[in-house]
Amino acid sequence: MRSILLIYICLIAASPVLAQTIAITNAKVYPVSAPPITNGTVIIRDGVIVAVGDHVTVPAGTQTIDATGKIVTPGLINSLTEVGVVEIGQVRETNDASAKGTNNVAAAFRVWDGLNPASTVFAPTRQEGVTTVIVTPRGGLVSGQAAAIDLGVGHVADVMRRAPVAMIAQIRSASAAGTNARGELIGKLRTLLDDVKFYAAHRPDYDRAATRSLSAPNTELEALIPVLEGKLPLIIEADSMAEIDAALALVRDYKLQLIISGGAEAWMTADRLAVARVPVLAGAMNNIPENFSSLNQRQENAALLRRAGVKVALVGNGDGDENRFNARNIKYEAGNAVAYGMSYDDALRAVTLTPAELFGLSDRIGSLQAGREANLVVWSGDPFEFSTQVEHVFIRGREVKEPSRQDMLIERYKPKPVR
Amino acid sequence: MNLIIRVVVCACLLLAFATQQLPQTPQQREPGAGTSQAAASPAPSPGPGGTSLPNADPFPSTYKPFPRRTTVIRNATIMTAAGPTIPNGSVLMRDGKIAAVGASVDAPADALVIDGTGKYVTPGLIDVHSHIGDYPAPGVDANSDGNEATSPVTANVWAEHSVWPQDPQIPRALAGGLTTMQILPGSANLIGGRSVVVKLVPSRTVQGMKFPGAKYGLKMACGENPKRVYQTRGPSTRMGNVAGYRAAWIQAEAYRRKWDAWNATHKGDAPTRDLGLETLAEVLRGNILVHNHCYRADEMAQMIDIAKEFGYKIRAFHHAVESYKIAELLKANDIGSAEWADWGGFKMEANDAVKANLAITEAFGARAMIHSDSALGAQRLNQEVAKAMYAGRAAGIPITEEQALRWLTINPAWALGLDDKIGSLEVGKNADVVLWSGNPFSVYSKAEKVWIDGAMLFDRTDSTQKWRTDFELGNVKENN
Repeated sequence: MRSILLIYICLIAASPVLAQTIAITNAKVYPVSAPPITNGTVIIRDGVIVAVGDHVTVPAGTQTIDATGKIVTPGLINSLTEVGVVEIGQVRETNDASAKGTNNVAAAFRVWDGLNPASTVFAPTRQEGVTTVIVTPRGGLVSGQAAAIDLGVGHVADVMRRAPVAMIAQIRSASAAGTNARGELIGKLRTLLDDVKFYAAHRPDYDRAATRSLSAPNTELEALIPVLEGKLPLIIEADSMAEIDAALALVRDYKLQLIISGGAEAWMTADRLAVARVPVLAGAMNNIPENFSSLNQRQENAALLRRAGVKVALVGNGDGDENRFNARNIKYEAGNAVAYGMSYDDALRAVTLTPAELFGLSDRIGSLQAGREANLVVWSGDPFEFSTQVEHVFIRGREVKEPSRQDMLIERYKPKPVR
Repeated sequence: MNLIIRVVVCACLLLAFATQQLPQTPQQREPGAGTSQAAASPAPSPGPGGTSLPNADPFPSTYKPFPRRTTVIRNATIMTAAGPTIPNGSVLMRDGKIAAVGASVDAPADALVIDGTGKYVTPGLIDVHSHIGDYPAPGVDANSDGNEATSPVTANVWAEHSVWPQDPQIPRALAGGLTTMQILPGSANLIGGRSVVVKLVPSRTVQGMKFPGAKYGLKMACGENPKRVYQTRGPSTRMGNVAGYRAAWIQAEAYRRKWDAWNATHKGDAPTRDLGLETLAEVLRGNILVHNHCYRADEMAQMIDIAKEFGYKIRAFHHAVESYKIAELLKANDIGSAEWADWGGFKMEANDAVKANLAITEAFGARAMIHSDSALGAQRLNQEVAKAMYAGRAAGIPITEEQALRWLTINPAWALGLDDKIGSLEVGKNADVVLWSGNPFSVYSKAEKVWIDGAMLFDRTDSTQKWRTDFELGNVKENN
């Protein structure tokens, strides 16, 4: 009897959102999928948004957050992170973003299999308004498969949103791909893609060892089949105009759902990207000719791509660990994008609905509308401004308030008021 | 007539500097390029290089201010870093100096008048921790000149001998409102070598950028970097690091005594000159300021004791992510703390980084300042400080904009020993001035115009005057 009661209590504790209704009222609401609402209300029930608008009736007795003068947006999505797979960059044993693979191909590598949901990076990232991160592998020619993670609290199963959401590859470093020249790298990638097609068509022969030799083991080829079927996006890291054009040539020859990542010089080939309907993950905080592939890197890149009609998701491209410790700073990438020519609405979309669309999440998150999961943030003011504080973060309808390790350190060491 | 004289001058320069042709663009016809009078002299005579003299200056600055005119900025919000913000004020720049600043300022009739309505004016920003020039863009091995990682103590190297004045990162940092920076050797070594303080001006030579009269700095580094770089030959531990510093200072003190004695009497044969020990002896004499890369609170406390053991002062800790744990110790020893706003987590010793670090350091009365260690961060130190200021407020530490501005200006000026010349808008100081499009602590604001010694060196509204380095010609598109 006693144990049954205990189990019942545990069930309640495990589903705190059950039959819970929360209303956020009097806010300026940015649904992103629709124009901003000046004096809006958002109602969340059982983890899901059930109403958004300016004429929404709040049921009597509902727990209400009066957000007068505040702003409500979807939770931000950072499309390029290693949150949960790299804890401390230079501590090797906390690095799980880069697989060994075979001959620089690690397509079968599922980065989320090594995810640490207890990472201390979760809380500070969430506290600054990011509710979902794309966790990406890196390195080699084909790095592996990425996952969408909600920055909630719990086990891997509790924070997983969707996986895989993309396959990652790179063509900006010949040596990292195990080759000596860019042309050799592209050739290696093409051979691999051809072998995937061949393998998919000759599985029985392969199993009988009756095929020609293939450039990668069957586990890697198998993992790439959804990419060749156009079902799983292929993110190719490329920077120079020539590299991006080479990636676009792949789209002509293979049925790929290509996304360019980095794209330092993407603005120089924006029209081609627009025609090919290839989106770009780009930053807005780097204008340095850091290497011979990024000579024309500029902060207006994202704005110019949007102007040409290219879909853009903003990602960090500075050098302050924006994919790890400072994945929280994606809002400032958006603010800087606005300072360098992007429209405000485009910048907000580039950190919410656009990444949700790119990674197949937009039917669940990325906008505020009835039926979407309640990943949302209440801000004291403009989300992109330094002066703004995050006041409430909801993930799947639950307000998450867990402090960060940094909060605890500040609390321990900050000057105490004299009594 | 004028033209003929110029041709003759240029010819002399060509003799002295065969590889340096005529200036390529009007902007690059910098007034101070070239070499010192002594080096240009054709007479073969023994130089001063045989002896070790205090305050020797073998690579003297040839910087000369750029052409300038009397300029007054009116109707702007003036943040002086020396007092309260002036809401609707003016700044007058004349002869390269701040001539007047206040709510109402008289300007001569021929002054260039700039309307600052809706805009903000601050002193030029100062970065005490840069590797621009030593690690230039593009970041290829051939240009990687920031770490002489061949020995744990390389007090003999000077950062200026690695500086590439054509680094495209220099004009980009200027466009962020930066007017002065200290370029340091990297942190591979316990003692990395001498720093150099430069102005962000176009120049064909590093001598043409050097801040006249600025003291040299000495780069030291604690913790993980030296023990990682030298793990096979040592030091490979933190205790090995400390033994290494102490051994170097023991040698330096003996060297200083020997040379001070000889310089006083000139009796007998001069001692043998040693470049590394000479630099360390200059620290012991108080002529060179120590800039110490040190993350952890406990290591900073140990470095303070080492400094006391050998009788030198640490001017500032850099990358001091744990200053918030020992801020009262920094205050008691009058040591500055140069910090990032929010970098952390990239190595074990950076794991306790908190965004309120600058605010807590300030709250304990220690001298806090921002620094970049990054050619990107150097372009938006104002944004970095904004993050740190608001993080302090969120932690219950009410940092004012006036305080936060000091992290960008007068406090780093102090760390460089230049707070009598730069770092605030006060009459008589150098006219290093930034006009911002809006509040500098907003993400949307940009440096619109930047003056160094009263000369306008950057104007965002006039693309024809854009400074493009040699490297950029033909490599980087003009509209970029």
